[in-house]
Amino acid sequence: MSAFKEFPIRWGMVIDIDKCTGCGACTVACNKENNIAPQPQQLERIAGKGFPTRFKKLEWLTVYELSNGVQGSGHDTAYLPRPCMQCGMPSCVSVCPATATDKNENGGIVSQIYPRCFGCRYCMASCPYHARVFNWDQPVYPDGMEKQLTPNVSVRSRGVVEKCNFCHHRWMYAKDAARVAGEDPNALPEDAYIPACAEACPTGAIYFGDVKNPEHKVYELIHSPYTFRLLERLGTDPQVYYMSKREWVRRQGDNYLENEAGPVAHGNGGLHG
Amino acid sequence: MDRALWPEGVERCSLGKFLLWLGFVGVILAAGLYEFFMILVPDGLARTALDNYFGFGLWITFDLAVIALGAGAFFTGLLKYILDIKELEKIVNLTVIVGFICYSGAMLVLALDVGQPLRSWFGYWHANVHSMLTEVMFCITCYLCVLAIEFLPNILENRKLNEIPYLHNLAHNMHVVMPLIAGLGAFLSTFHQGSLGGMYGVLFARPYILRDGFFIWPWTFFLFVLSAVASGPCFSVLVVKIMELLTGKQLVDYKVKALMCKIAGTMLCLYLFFKFADTWAWATDVLPRSGLTWDQMFNSDLGYGEWLLWVEIGLCGVLPAILLMVPRFRNTPALLYTAAILNCTGVTINRYVFTVQALAIPVMPFDQWYNYVPNWAEWAPSIGVLAYGALLLSLSYRYLPVFPQEIELNYRKQAPAAPAAPVEEPKEAEEATATA
Ligand code: SF4
Ligand code: SF4
Repeated sequence: MSAFKEFPIRWGMVIDIDKCTGCGACTVACNKENNIAPQPQQLERIAGKGFPTRFKKLEWLTVYELSNGVQGSGHDTAYLPRPCMQCGMPSCVSVCPATATDKNENGGIVSQIYPRCFGCRYCMASCPYHARVFNWDQPVYPDGMEKQLTPNVSVRSRGVVEKCNFCHHRWMYAKDAARVAGEDPNALPEDAYIPACAEACPTGAIYFGDVKNPEHKVYELIHSPYTFRLLERLGTDPQVYYMSKREWVRRQGDNYLENEAGPVAHGNGGLHG
Repeated sequence: MDRALWPEGVERCSLGKFLLWLGFVGVILAAGLYEFFMILVPDGLARTALDNYFGFGLWITFDLAVIALGAGAFFTGLLKYILDIKELEKIVNLTVIVGFICYSGAMLVLALDVGQPLRSWFGYWHANVHSMLTEVMFCITCYLCVLAIEFLPNILENRKLNEIPYLHNLAHNMHVVMPLIAGLGAFLSTFHQGSLGGMYGVLFARPYILRDGFFIWPWTFFLFVLSAVASGPCFSVLVVKIMELLTGKQLVDYKVKALMCKIAGTMLCLYLFFKFADTWAWATDVLPRSGLTWDQMFNSDLGYGEWLLWVEIGLCGVLPAILLMVPRFRNTPALLYTAAILNCTGVTINRYVFTVQALAIPVMPFDQWYNYVPNWAEWAPSIGVLAYGALLLSLSYRYLPVFPQEIELNYRKQAPAAPAAPVEEPKEAEEATATA
């Protein structure tokens, strides 16, 4: 297990599940921003050759549908968008034999070096959130799409693993802009840097910022009694937080058994609240 | 026609028959190589039934299983060269060849299984010292070299090669340093068998396989070493038996096989003791800590039932342990071979559940169980590796003096007709051992 690393900035995402309608705009925005080749083409190509396609989809952010399991009128659903959790104790980093993935930069974003990954998929086996996806096939972009690719996001080749990085390139842009404006790139104001999913969410369910900076909204949100993290008791210490006023949603967040007490009210800041 | 290449004093089938057999093996090998090529070059891993859920599947199971079964090589080498159990010299050549086949075969499959095989060396160059897989990569590579060095003297003992004085002396001198090589092999092999187990035990976000442990090593590290030495010798015995059935000759004395199985049985008992303790600790500590229950770990509908566990540690664990440890059972060939088969099946199931079941279990509360069925693109290379093993074994059996007891066990009655050859062979073997 890799040791926990502390950074002055800790980029965090707070997703308000009660606001999320499951529309999937975040997923689309993510795919577009990060040059993920359009899925229908990719999967058709694989299927066209007669190969199985189950879970060969590339997607960094998946929206899960949750159910309270009650039949009839008491039934309730919720939607849970799941990017990479940028774990404070990432189970993926310590296992990678080639140091292709690491958590070593201020901000705590777990990086992924595509040209160094040789596709052993050990990191995929270790991540409980299924946040990592493998390039089963060479990406094929439809004619004309090359004009729309995000210039500072590398396209990935067949045979490597990729994952969400909180649109790291946008952080670089924001720092550059701050430098140009004569401001401190390490004290970015609220909303100077937000990932594509947070920007695209029509209901404003995704908040983003430095969870250590009291001037950022996320700082306050992670201290809400309604905030929780996914599978917190496994000890991965995620940097993505969820909020819901619904008790059953919070209980589902961490495998709480029927007879167990509910989630801790302040099970949020963890090591860093 | 190729009689001049045979070991002295033995009989082999006609070249035509042998070529026919090689042709049969070659067809299977070709099917494997075809898939190998199609995956490496045009299609990539899209061809397989692996996916984002099951990044590890048949190939990793196959690798782990053959590497465990190949443990006969290091363990027998250790017992023979270091602990000086003389009897084992009658089978040690074979265990080395089987080990070499298992390890080189596993490396071939691994090269296929990674997305970017040409970058595999990044594991050495950009080595992450925290990763158990890094340790596995280093140890397996070094150990394969050691196995090649151990295999070499046997190749040099081919009748024609041995006539060349330089090669003869080289082989002789290699025998002298063999205890050192065997010691090195035992060290490397123990570590990477353990690291293969450690690879799983450290996955702290996968409660099915997570284990606490001793310093940096989770319990699975030790369990994998023990289960490998418990099954490896049995596998070597089974390979001998299959060769005996195919050739119609007795190749190794039953006493030696029984000894190998007794050693394996002892190791199996030790393994089972720890395995039971481990299973208990997992069920009562790791699982509740993760908010999961025993029942959530199994799913009979998808083929991941609890029965798999009971088959592994009961039918393929306790039962063979009894059969191998009680002399009366061990000395009954049918029971001995049954026990050996069960033992090897047990370790294979163990590697399978660690690889596949671990990934099938939903860890996120709202996630689902998924089933994984390997497809032909995965089966073909795996079967191809078995054919590669058969090819190497066939060539070794025909042209190399693998079994020092073969003449004594099969041709003694005809011996008076040609006394020189049969007597000479065991003498040479004895001499080699004495110098070693
Ligand atoms: S969510 Fe998975 S991929 Fe992302 S940092 Fe955590 S363990 Fe790694
Ligand atoms: S797939 Fe790539 S990033 Fe993942 S563990 Fe292997 S080399 Fe590292």
